[in-house]
Amino acid sequence: MENLNLFIRSIFVDNMIFAYFLGMCSFLAVSKNVKTALGLGVAVTFMLVVTLPINYLLNTYVLSAGALTWLGPEYADVDLSFLSLIMFIAVIASMTQLVEMAVEKFSPSLYASLGIFLPLIAVNCAILGGSLFMQQREFSSVFTAVCAGGGWGLGWLLAITAIAAIRERLATYSNIPKPLRGIGITFILTALMGIAFMSFLGIKL
Amino acid sequence: MAEKVNNKSVFFNPFSKNNPVIVQVLGICSVLAVTAKLEPAIVMGISVIAVLAFSNVIISLIRNTIPTNIRIIVQLVVVAGLVVIVDQLLKAYTYDVSKQLSVFIGLIITNCILMGRLEAFAMANKPWPSFLDGIGNGIGYTIILVIVGFFRELLGSGTLLGYQVVPQWCYEHGYVNNGLMILPPMALIVVACIIWVHRLCNKDLQED
Repeated sequence: MENLNLFIRSIFVDNMIFAYFLGMCSFLAVSKNVKTALGLGVAVTFMLVVTLPINYLLNTYVLSAGALTWLGPEYADVDLSFLSLIMFIAVIASMTQLVEMAVEKFSPSLYASLGIFLPLIAVNCAILGGSLFMQQREFSSVFTAVCAGGGWGLGWLLAITAIAAIRERLATYSNIPKPLRGIGITFILTALMGIAFMSFLGIKL
Repeated sequence: MAEKVNNKSVFFNPFSKNNPVIVQVLGICSVLAVTAKLEPAIVMGISVIAVLAFSNVIISLIRNTIPTNIRIIVQLVVVAGLVVIVDQLLKAYTYDVSKQLSVFIGLIITNCILMGRLEAFAMANKPWPSFLDGIGNGIGYTIILVIVGFFRELLGSGTLLGYQVVPQWCYEHGYVNNGLMILPPMALIVVACIIWVHRLCNKDLQED
């Protein structure tokens, strides 16, 4: 039950984009049409679901203070938490490379349309942010980490798909001042949706 | 690149015509996070200039020896190493600012500008142009940070660099700080306004 609450809270209340404004770069650049946005959203969700449990195990059994006790009592006072940033990013980067190779092989058209933003998943703040939140909030089990990762990923997917859908309509039906077309109006849209998502902050789950 | 890279344009283009934030749309997260006040914005800008320039040079030096399949990991390790150095330097010499910035300095690693420039430029060019590209893009990024930080601090708290700018009699006559400017969504709107003005002046950047 607790994990379900966490899952739902991660999608709406703690939404990566509208509450923390993480992962904005690819969010803004790849949201021109729904299909590409959906592809990137699925990739990010997958990355979060995979990297969060791995980083959780890494954090619990290797990095945090006293985590190496299972090796023997003499390791009880070893604290490797200063390495956590580098270890997390290494896990994320290698997983990204794996996903990149898989996408290139199985869906070349998606690979072409994602362009430079596929390698950029590695530096998508949403994914490193997820791992850092996991460390900060001290999740109780691997399953909790999976639930939170899935929730954050789905929240990101939801946000990018919503924005992409709005942008598709905007491009055809509205008369935006020329200099604001494209990226400018997207910034304003995101800001307005961010303010709207603030209303979820009052919900306690 | 086949033709000779023009060093001058590599250095000056990112200031306005090819600005990393408002034209290439890279590094937005940190623009939102650190610009509520002007001072952290400036420190952040300088740190990014340093990390970007040196990581560009290092990657450019070893670009021919990196296997393409693991290039992301190599790039991230170089960047992470440099960020740790910057973090330690800030802690040693400007402890107060580094305390304000602590989380965001770590987030330089995930700043898309770094990966974007490494992928797009340093992997294909010699060290010297890469160094100029790094400095140029860093300055372009800093310009935007400073503009956004200036407006958010001025309108949101009535101060600049911590000094009171809006005079006291304004408050006595009913002037109120705009608390909304402190919230992250307003940074997006300020950036959107910058884009608006910038594209008004550079018509060739406008999209249909």
